[in-house]
Amino acid sequence: MIPAPFDYVRAESTEEAIALVGQHGDESKFIAGGHSLLPLMKLRLAQPSVLIDIGRVTDLSYVRDAGDHVAIGALTRHMDVETSEVLREHAPLLAHATSHVGDPQVRHRGTIGGSIAHADPASDLPAVALALGATYVAQGPNGTREIAAADFATSYLESALADDELLTEIRVPKMNGAGWGFEKFNRRAQDWAIVGVAAWRRNGDAGVALVNMGSTPVLATGVVSALADGASVADAAQLAADGTDPQPDLNASIEYRQHLARALTKRALDIASS
Amino acid sequence: MNVTLTINGTAHTYDLEPRTLLVQLIREHAGLTGTNIGCDTSSCGACSVHLDGEAVKSCTLLAVQADGADVTTIEGMASADGTMHPVQQAFMDEHGLQCGFCTPGMVMAASSLLAENPSPTDEDVRIGLEGNLCRCTGYHNIVKAVLTASGADQ
Repeated sequence: MIPAPFDYVRAESTEEAIALVGQHGDESKFIAGGHSLLPLMKLRLAQPSVLIDIGRVTDLSYVRDAGDHVAIGALTRHMDVETSEVLREHAPLLAHATSHVGDPQVRHRGTIGGSIAHADPASDLPAVALALGATYVAQGPNGTREIAAADFATSYLESALADDELLTEIRVPKMNGAGWGFEKFNRRAQDWAIVGVAAWRRNGDAGVALVNMGSTPVLATGVVSALADGASVADAAQLAADGTDPQPDLNASIEYRQHLARALTKRALDIASS
Repeated sequence: MNVTLTINGTAHTYDLEPRTLLVQLIREHAGLTGTNIGCDTSSCGACSVHLDGEAVKSCTLLAVQADGADVTTIEGMASADGTMHPVQQAFMDEHGLQCGFCTPGMVMAASSLLAENPSPTDEDVRIGLEGNLCRCTGYHNIVKAVLTASGADQ
């Protein structure tokens, strides 16, 4: 399978990438590692007429301790997120979850920014970033703006990014010793999660987000409120599927996904609480 | 557009459509058919090659993305005198293959794994090869082969 024909241009800097997308308009797509976009293009589910290759914009590949948060360049590869000492210390939930993305070959190429910008509710990282209360930085022709992870995904594979904006940085609040758990249920090692749960707890605070339980990653707000009100993990986890809108597919019915959300939330919170 | 890259130590330049996949460049333009196309959806790992020393799936990479890169395929693993790479030798010694279709990708993924983790445990190998499917062996002898190779000079 090869993609439909397209024109290819290469950006050497963030500014050049934004200038190029301004020039080529909404028929163009950025490509970084290509591990979300190319499979769609091979299936003709995406047919951009111009690909803007940002894979060589090396100044967007970094992990920096930025005080109260860790700043991650959008073009940082999964393998570099997974092995980052800064992230293992300050955002271990993200480093760990990233080690479950795809497989090593995929993680050598795929980038955190690509995964998040793709806005696939079945991907692990958007839910992890949501649970952690991450902030995204988008750069466009008129400068940069911040988008809260909770405001980013607007519908299936759709995000708040404008056509002429590039996701440049992911800011992850430091976990400050919070307990955490990440549970991903799938049938084969490298598959997308049938359902996944990212959770953390620190003193009275908690964050829980769900993978593949709707058209966007979902915050399990009912679970978090129940925990704040003193509910046990087992009781709080029973609320995990409330307000979600999972779709049935070959792997799982709606009811099974709802069951998984509750069971995996309990497991993730048990680990986070221990 | 022109794509210049090094494959197994030899520089090549090809004039390609931008939509050409790296695996097509390797098989159809460079004529190196040891790299197999299995699923063509970055699931099976049969197309694994090294890009600048790391295993990648060449069916999910445009050739233009590899412009300027150093690519190693299964044909580049043995020494010039025909001595097999330690991972290849271990696959032979441990009977880590049956039909052999997945083997080039397995060898490339395993050698990349050992470069990152020279002393893996059994579990490290099983997790490290999660991106490579084998329908014959049940993986047991593949894992043995990688563990055997990890004791060899990489």
